[in-house]
Amino acid sequence: MITDLNVSIQQLSFKNPVLTASGTFGYGIEFEYFIDINRLGGIIVKGTTGQHREGNRYPRMAETPSGMLNAVGLQNKGVDVFINDIYPKIQHYDTNIIVNVSGSSIEEYVAVAEKIDTLNQIPAIELNISCPNVKQGGMAFGTQCAAAEKVVRAVRDVYHKTLIVKLTPNVTNIAEIAQAVENGGADAVSLINTMLGMSIDAETRRPRLSTITGGLSGPAVKPVALRMVWQVYHAVKIPIIGLGGITSATDAIEFMLAGATAIEIGTANFLDPQITLKVIEGMENYCQRHHVEHIKDLTGALLIETNH
Amino acid sequence: MKKYVQDFTVIANEKVNSDYFMLTLQQEAPLPEIRAGQFVEVRIDQAPDTFLRRPISIHDVDFVQHQLRLLVKINGTGTKHLSRISNGTPLNLVYPLGNGFTLTTGRALLIGGGCGLAPLYYLAKQLKQNGASITTIIGTRCQSMLFGLDQFQSLGDVLVTTEDGSCGEQGFVTQHSIFQQIETFNFLYSCGPEPMMKAIAKVARQHQIPCEVSLENMMACGIGACLCCVTETNSGHQCVCTQGPVFNINDLKNY
Ligand SMILES: Cc1cc2nc3c(=O)[nH]c(=O)nc-3n(C[C@H](O)[C@H](O)[C@H](O)COP(=O)(O)OP(=O)(O)OC[C@H]3O[C@@H](n4cnc5c(N)ncnc54)[C@H](O)[C@@H]3O)c2cc1C
Ligand SMILES: Cc1cc2nc3c(=O)[nH]c(=O)nc-3n(C[C@H](O)[C@H](O)[C@H](O)COP(=O)(O)O)c2cc1C
Ligand code: FES
Repeated sequence: MITDLNVSIQQLSFKNPVLTASGTFGYGIEFEYFIDINRLGGIIVKGTTGQHREGNRYPRMAETPSGMLNAVGLQNKGVDVFINDIYPKIQHYDTNIIVNVSGSSIEEYVAVAEKIDTLNQIPAIELNISCPNVKQGGMAFGTQCAAAEKVVRAVRDVYHKTLIVKLTPNVTNIAEIAQAVENGGADAVSLINTMLGMSIDAETRRPRLSTITGGLSGPAVKPVALRMVWQVYHAVKIPIIGLGGITSATDAIEFMLAGATAIEIGTANFLDPQITLKVIEGMENYCQRHHVEHIKDLTGALLIETNH
Repeated sequence: MKKYVQDFTVIANEKVNSDYFMLTLQQEAPLPEIRAGQFVEVRIDQAPDTFLRRPISIHDVDFVQHQLRLLVKINGTGTKHLSRISNGTPLNLVYPLGNGFTLTTGRALLIGGGCGLAPLYYLAKQLKQNGASITTIIGTRCQSMLFGLDQFQSLGDVLVTTEDGSCGEQGFVTQHSIFQQIETFNFLYSCGPEPMMKAIAKVARQHQIPCEVSLENMMACGIGACLCCVTETNSGHQCVCTQGPVFNINDLKNY
């Protein structure tokens, strides 16, 4: 039996459910030495804004138990440089190249989405309303239902391909936010972005990040991410892309069982630049062992005992 | 330059002094081209607190026997774990990373303190091959922390400063009397604590001598993907792991 690894998000088809998370995989080019990019289900490139952004001051990273904090702050050269200089270098990849669209105002999100809409080889955007590392905008749009719905609707009006909206875990009720985003016209949601955290050096009595607080990622956040995917799966009809702390095929399968259609791998790319391919192979292996013909059948296939 | 992720085998782990140790790693396949100043990202398995890889400079390369040597200071949990690693253990490396030093053919002055000596040995060897003449200043706290004299002496002149005066001249490296004839050198290279490199940069600028320093910013990926390791340069934030770790002082904002 050969397992069919294909999954789809509305019209968009993926050769397997494994994508790379924004901000952890550069533009794919950085990983060409280590893997064949064309074997991935998709790559989500670095957060892209209307203008060039320098990002936050160093230090931007602190290691934490089973994870890390980052405070990069959306450093990127802006959407025009992406289109003119970077896109020509990556458009030949035979995989779904998705742009993570970020901004500080509705106008900025709309302007970036409109420009990306014109690129033939970009079949989808991931709207980042969940970055904890910028002063204005970012996460502010992702923590209130009305604001989330509004920005999604504004982008939906100008963007004609697959619109994925990335949610922040820094909310009290993730299901409500997901519903607001669905109402705004999103084709799918991805979750989670990083969790707001902090690290202190007791010896120097100083915070380890220049921004004092930053975003937590890696295995430390996995149980929270899994719980949120499960909650959102029961709250919305649109597909879910699950992420947060995935470092193995087993982790990826768990996210699918909780309700994810596809998954993203982030921080684990730093530990092993070949992890994505290992996860794809491991997922295929799991399907063989469990006699799963179509991997998409795993989505939401969690078994829960009920006492009748 | 192509980068690799590969398993090496630890074939020697020697204690240098109470703070430092030297690892010799080998692999079966021939090594790729490696430039002086480049580094590896080591994965430290079985160290529960060590989540990310650790960046370590390439101290020496033996292309004939397919060996790398790393000079490491015990700094925290990860390096402590590495210091206890036994022969035969596999170590996974991503390498060779970063840009590397520019090689002069003239009179080179190498200035290192502590684990800053790590990249300077392979640099000295490469410079020698390139026809340069080499003088190295090694700075340490006291005589008991001094190491590496013989290997550098086989490549050129070696000068020593110790903070307590127990060996060589007393004081910091930048106080060594050789700095009175600094204009006789064509190129300065330095790696070590930031205040030391900044002091050297100041001298280099006064005398208009080309000078490169190697930075040790905190890194998560080592391959230009996370943008965590940036330093401020004249062209904005640049990644130390790909645009560096070696920078010409004229490109750095704070030097
Ligand atoms: C390009 C580069 C080359 C390096 N080459 C060498 C080398 O050849 N030999 C060597 O001994 N060390 C080298 N270092 C420093 C080495 O990476 C750190 O000492 C090591 O990561 C500490 O890990 P740990 O788990 O032992 O310490 P941790 O427990 O993580 O931390 C202990 C202390 O080390 C500091 N530290 C952690 N990571 C770094 C880092 N990346 N750079 C500087 N300080 C850090 C922390 O701030 C903390 O105070 C290099 C660093 C870089 C960026
Ligand atoms: C260094 C770093 C940079 C990131 N940059 C972005 C970004 O630009 N846009 C975004 O939506 N998420 C960004 N993220 C969040 C990740 O895409 C992902 O949501 C998060 O890290 C959780 O997944 P993980 O545990 O697999 O890393 C970044 C994460 C890290 C560690
Ligand atoms: S350490 Fe990730 S970009 Fe330099």
